[in-house]
Amino acid sequence: MAYRVLIADDEPAIATSLEFLLNKGGYDTQIARDGEVALRAAKTFNPDLIVLDLMLPRLSGLEVCMALRATPQSERLKILMLSARGGASERERARVAGVDAYQVKPFSTKELLAQVRDLLAGVPIGK
Amino acid sequence: MLQGWVIVCASFAYIGFLFAVAWYADKRADQGRSLISTPYIYALSLGVYATAWTFYGSVGRAASDGVGFLPIYIGPTLMMILWWFVVRKMIRITKINRLTSLADFVASRYGKSALLGSLVTVIAVVGILPYISLQLKAISTSFQILLQYPEIVMPQKVGTAGIMNDTAFYIAVFMALFTVAFGTRKLDVAERHEGMVAAIAFESLVKLIAFLAVGVYVTFVMFNGPADIFSQAMRNPQLAALATPFGGAAGNYTSWIWLTILSMLAIMFLPRQFQIAVVENVDERHVNKAVWLFPLYMLAINLFVLPIAFGGLLHFQVGSVNADTFVLTLPMSQRQEWLALLVFIGGLSAATGMVIVETIALATMVCNDLVMPPLLRFTRARFMQHEELSNLLLDIRRAAIVSILLLGYFYYLLAGEAYALVSIGLISFAAVAQFAPVVIGGMYWRNGTRAGALAGLSLGFIFWAYTLMIPAFAQSGWLSVALIEQGPFGIELLKPLQLFGLKGLDQTTHAMIWSMLVNVGAYVLVSLLSRQSAAERIQATLFVDVLSQTGERTGFWRGTASASSLQTLVGRFLGPARAAELFDGYARSRGVAAADELDADARLVRFAEIQLAGAIGASSARAMVSSVVQEEPMGVDEVMAIIDEASQAIAHSQELEEKQAELEAATRELSSANARLKELDRLKDDFISTVTHELRTPLTSIRSFSEILHDNPDLSIEERSRFLAILVKESERLTRLINQVLDLAKLESNAAEWQNVTLDLREIVDDAVSTTSQLFKVKNVKLDVNFPGVLATVAADRDRLLQVMLNLLSNSIKFCDAERGEVVVTVSQQRESVQVDVADNGIGIAKQDQAYIFEKFRQVGDTLTEKPPGTGLGLAICREIVSHFGGQLWVVSEKSQGTTFSFSLPINTVAVE
Amino acid sequence: MLKSVSTRGKRRVRGQLLICIFLLGVVLFNFPILALFNVGATLFGIPILFAYLFLAWAVLILLMYLAIERLQ
Repeated sequence: MAYRVLIADDEPAIATSLEFLLNKGGYDTQIARDGEVALRAAKTFNPDLIVLDLMLPRLSGLEVCMALRATPQSERLKILMLSARGGASERERARVAGVDAYQVKPFSTKELLAQVRDLLAGVPIGK
Repeated sequence: MLQGWVIVCASFAYIGFLFAVAWYADKRADQGRSLISTPYIYALSLGVYATAWTFYGSVGRAASDGVGFLPIYIGPTLMMILWWFVVRKMIRITKINRLTSLADFVASRYGKSALLGSLVTVIAVVGILPYISLQLKAISTSFQILLQYPEIVMPQKVGTAGIMNDTAFYIAVFMALFTVAFGTRKLDVAERHEGMVAAIAFESLVKLIAFLAVGVYVTFVMFNGPADIFSQAMRNPQLAALATPFGGAAGNYTSWIWLTILSMLAIMFLPRQFQIAVVENVDERHVNKAVWLFPLYMLAINLFVLPIAFGGLLHFQVGSVNADTFVLTLPMSQRQEWLALLVFIGGLSAATGMVIVETIALATMVCNDLVMPPLLRFTRARFMQHEELSNLLLDIRRAAIVSILLLGYFYYLLAGEAYALVSIGLISFAAVAQFAPVVIGGMYWRNGTRAGALAGLSLGFIFWAYTLMIPAFAQSGWLSVALIEQGPFGIELLKPLQLFGLKGLDQTTHAMIWSMLVNVGAYVLVSLLSRQSAAERIQATLFVDVLSQTGERTGFWRGTASASSLQTLVGRFLGPARAAELFDGYARSRGVAAADELDADARLVRFAEIQLAGAIGASSARAMVSSVVQEEPMGVDEVMAIIDEASQAIAHSQELEEKQAELEAATRELSSANARLKELDRLKDDFISTVTHELRTPLTSIRSFSEILHDNPDLSIEERSRFLAILVKESERLTRLINQVLDLAKLESNAAEWQNVTLDLREIVDDAVSTTSQLFKVKNVKLDVNFPGVLATVAADRDRLLQVMLNLLSNSIKFCDAERGEVVVTVSQQRESVQVDVADNGIGIAKQDQAYIFEKFRQVGDTLTEKPPGTGLGLAICREIVSHFGGQLWVVSEKSQGTTFSFSLPINTVAVE
Repeated sequence: MLKSVSTRGKRRVRGQLLICIFLLGVVLFNFPILALFNVGATLFGIPILFAYLFLAWAVLILLMYLAIERLQ
């Protein structure tokens, strides 16, 4: 069994790179190209962690995050947000919305993987 | 019975009462409840114009030539109308500069010239002496006549009794003491005498009442009303002639007209009128009421002149009684002793009022403009050791008052007998009229110079003396009568009364014509030919522009001084306590705790100078202040610059007031523009953050894949080349984006280089179509192009237009129907433009989105599917380019009906290479 | 603002009015108008020149009064 990670990003290139990295790190992955798909995938795929882009079409990353945090299922769900904007106000908004960690694009792949590992440390692998 | 002691006692009682009035008014002034701060007192005090000459002399003149006395009052009536303009300005100038007299006024206007100040003083003193002698003559005559009551005996010839027995001498001495007591009790910085003004107003009332009383008595008691007097008089052919004094020829009106002009000037320039109207004025607004109230006073006091004159002529034997005494002798002839005494008191009040104000005004001039300047210049070192000079100043003034009155008495001895009262007075009128050109010119004509003023005044004065003063002395026997009858050295042309052969005019008119001609002529001519010094320019501007100045002026001074040395200086003249009070007050007004903390700036120096000017005159104050101030000399050029600046500022401020409304509108526009700017600023911020975001996206992919490739050397060939392809694609995207951002920035800042040429749009469209034809083929999109047969040219940059066309074409490929794509390009000729339409058959753009698509980074489309490959800057760049060439770019679209992008460019009318 | 403008306007009117009155006075007390009254006639027993001068004077003062006091 492996941890499941949902990749929510509308940029195909970024999604592809994340997919490769996470697979390589031993995670199961799935890609969602917009906010709505991401919400649906959160139910069907039942991920342990979501790498969530802030600027998603349809529903923004923040909206997805808040929608997820409103469901009981999300208690054990970790959310790592990716954003091209690194301002303090954006980070604060994300924290309030229920984001566990925040990465500014462009990110270091090693750092990202380490962060994913840290977030999932001690979390039992979902069924 | 009217004993001598009764008359003397009544006189002293009256004078005593005057003192009481003055004392009370001064006390009220000290309490801050000024008695004279009403326009009625101001108007009444102006009645100082009516002297013994009016009181006794008008009737005398009326008895000899009918209405001939009236111009003396009609002139001032006319002048009062102009007062509203002239005197208000004079008052403003005087108050701002703390001027204390006419001499000060003239000296200050022409660069604080001490020489000019003393010239004015000399003219004023010499010119006024006859006038003062007139008052002495009137009082002593009326006293002697009254003393003979009930007999009516004309007094002896002047000077026959010897000085010690001459009533006039005692009257002169008494008046001198009286004036000293009245006017020089303390030294006032503003040279204001509230008590004196109150007393003068009271005197105006007394003489009016006395004159009206005798008028009513003569007209209605001795006769049966004016109609009775005149109808009796008309029966006597000699008297009837007085009713039509002008005769038949137009030339007979010359004297009347000149007398009117002379009196118009006198009401402004007699030192006592200037003192009362300008120096003693406490509120500029009082002038308003005085404009009509003072003429009313003059009308009232003249109402009974003609009835009394004709009454006297009818009542007395021809030649037995001097007509100048009718006012007194008519009630005496009816044994009305109390009425006669009232008349005497009325005459006394008319004379004392004149003498008090006139001598105080003259004494101030003598002290400030004649004595002080040389005293300060030649004895400064010794002088400055005096701890306090204010007592010295007062002593100088007292001496001046006594001297002036004694001089007046000697003039009376010399020339008093030669003329009737009115003629004596007119000599003085003509003298002070000499001030008119330099004062009026100085107030309204910027270019009047000191040299011009000196030339005008001196020549006018010389001609006045030659045509009026010399004949007066000659007629009194003090000079040879031959001088008048044959001219000096027998030169006919120089006869004082027919100068250069000018005949047929009365003495005053003759003198006025010559003196005014040379005065005005010299003033204007010399002014135009001479240059103003820096100081003159400054003063000229201050005087002429006084009404448009607000607040205190500064800046015309450069130099250094210490506040304490200035205070010490002011203290020498005003007393240390008063100086400390003034300086502390000034310090408080400047927001400084104590006087010694004051900065000795231009403003403080001016403040000190103004305080001193009140005590010692403008030119002396200037000299004193410059003795403690290290002044840096200012060149004319610098002063000119400052003045130009100042006058520009004045002009501007006036324009500004008028344009206030426009300004407010502009302010509103500005604030809305500001709001728009803020919005633009916000958009700019958004743009930058969007650009950063857009740049970060390809950068993220590039970094990620670089690291992946770097960290995973064991990747399969397929994976490696897939990742490398992504890297290349994202790098290209980044490059394109950067280029477009830079391009747009260049377009927006107009930094782009354009090469305008005459273009046929068909060529551009052709070019663009062939460039993209491969793309259309690949995407399987059908392309139709329609050209018109004839097409006007446009002026534009070829590459830029091609850029627009390519952008629109690639857009149409992106957005046209995926299955059966079809794009139609149409070029058409409009009335004033050439239009290109690029229509696709795609899904269209929603109405609400159409406004946004030309904004930067706005991409519309179904992002759920493949994100359209573009930077979101293309249309924004296109619009910039088209509008640069004066054209328009727009979109027409309906959802699922396809989209048409169109742009039009104006037809080229100007030839370009 | 409005008030000061209207005061200024009133001042200008008053100034012009006063100048008109002045010119009227100059004409009234001058040749040739004076010559019209320099005749032997009388008005209520008073020589017509005397009556005219005082009446014209009074009228002038009345006009000055009106220009100054009534133009508020």
